[in-house]
Amino acid sequence: MIARTATWWTILRISMEERLVYRGEFALGTLMRFLPIVTQVFLWAAVFSAMGGSSHGRRTVAGYSYHDMIAYYLLTMISRAFSSMPALASGIARDIRDGTVKKYLVQPIDMLGFLLLYRVAHKLVYYLVAVGPFLLVFYVCRGYFPGWPDGPTLLAFLLSLVMSFLLGFFLEATLGLFSFWFLEVSSLLFIYMLFSFFFSGHMFPIDMLPGVAGTIVKHIPLQYLAYFPAAVFLGKVRGAELAWGLTLQFVWVVFFIVASRIIFSLGARRYSGFGA
Amino acid sequence: MGRYLRVFLTFARNSLVRDMTFRANFLIDAVSSVSWVFLNLAFYTLIFRYAPAIGANTGWEKYPFFLFIATGLLINSLVQTFFMTNADDLSELVRTGSLDFALLTPIDTQFLVSLTRIEWSSLGNFLVGLALIGYSMYKMQYTPRPMEWVLYPFYVACGVVIYYSLMFALAATSVWLGRNQTLLDFWFYITNFSRYPMEIYRGPWGTPLRRVFTFCLPVLVVVNVPARFLVRPITPQSLEDWLLPGFAIVAAVASFAGARWLFQRALWSYRSASS
Repeated sequence: MIARTATWWTILRISMEERLVYRGEFALGTLMRFLPIVTQVFLWAAVFSAMGGSSHGRRTVAGYSYHDMIAYYLLTMISRAFSSMPALASGIARDIRDGTVKKYLVQPIDMLGFLLLYRVAHKLVYYLVAVGPFLLVFYVCRGYFPGWPDGPTLLAFLLSLVMSFLLGFFLEATLGLFSFWFLEVSSLLFIYMLFSFFFSGHMFPIDMLPGVAGTIVKHIPLQYLAYFPAAVFLGKVRGAELAWGLTLQFVWVVFFIVASRIIFSLGARRYSGFGA
Repeated sequence: MGRYLRVFLTFARNSLVRDMTFRANFLIDAVSSVSWVFLNLAFYTLIFRYAPAIGANTGWEKYPFFLFIATGLLINSLVQTFFMTNADDLSELVRTGSLDFALLTPIDTQFLVSLTRIEWSSLGNFLVGLALIGYSMYKMQYTPRPMEWVLYPFYVACGVVIYYSLMFALAATSVWLGRNQTLLDFWFYITNFSRYPMEIYRGPWGTPLRRVFTFCLPVLVVVNVPARFLVRPITPQSLEDWLLPGFAIVAAVASFAGARWLFQRALWSYRSASS
């Protein structure tokens, strides 16, 4: 047990050191990623200004005031900082295609566990470096926020963020592991990316979706990658709805943990070592 | 001149042959960028369920706004088809020293490295743009006059020149920096400001922002100027309506000259590699 913990600790430490090499470019890149939000601020200001009726402060789109809307976009940046897994699925696919994956099959090390720790390390370093730019942007934009939510809401927010990290990881890992069968999964990944951008709430609060589409997106796992934590923070999801939302998120996390395990073991049995 | 046209046609043919070798890939590329556009349109349609226009009294109602988006699509798809991959490759040419080859050929270096590879699949969005123009005009029941039809493609071309110049100027800096991935990202972030009508930038923050992106980095004139020709007849109401189209030409010429100057300077500093 101790030996195993030591192994995992080493993996975590090395991955963190590797990630810290380009910290300058990294911080600048993080700050630049907020630039598109500037356009969103003006776009939504224009949209709200064109809405007739009551006074400016009272106008809402799907229950979001102008300030809520901007706060929402800023908060999805936090959700995405947890849930986004750049190059995870495509990395797994590449490892399977070029045969690198066999190092996990012959060594006494669990592939998904290794990748998870590697991600945790990268995310930790990311937060370490990105906390500066994030604090700066959120401080500048503090006027858009209604204020700090109460304790339980904040706790639910943090809980949903941690689960959104796990969901993002196991969902993308599952997709990547499909390349045991297809070898080339880039188009599958693109479709996933497309849908996730639209239905995760990254593009707009999914409350805006009408009718059946609105009901469906509240049940599929994608909403947890961006929408859900942000909506929780803004107090859009409360009480029983919040409890149900967190439960559903937990169920989806467990579902994808199990799915990735099953697909990995089935795939490994089928694996024939291309490019070795 | 004829020689340049011949070389260009050869590039175009080679790229097409290459694309047709991997036909499924070509199709997937085209389909995915088109579906991306449709998702964006779905988002805008959602917005118009809640508001009658983008900005009060700006005239950017649903179909005029779609004409704006379509114009942006045309310009972006042209830039992607002809220049984006090449600008992306430039830093690689510099890093590996393959730029030597481009320098030795008896043809303008900037021309060669700008147009070597043509991404035919990006023209899918061009067709979507044209279709969207047709559809929006049909819905608006408005037909521009002949003069506007002449000016529109001209200003679309000006827009392409401005985008190209900005992109190439950024790519050229890779000669000094060695790597420039962040700089091309920078291009995306800057051009992001031109995705929406310039009228949305107003107020104490918006007005200076609009001036900067009109006069310093002229990305706002790229889509706005041509789009206005399709949306309303040329009846200049303010001084700005007179000046902006004139300024767009100046901006296109100046940014092209600037990019060319920068590229030449960069070539002087180029020291080859690994040869």
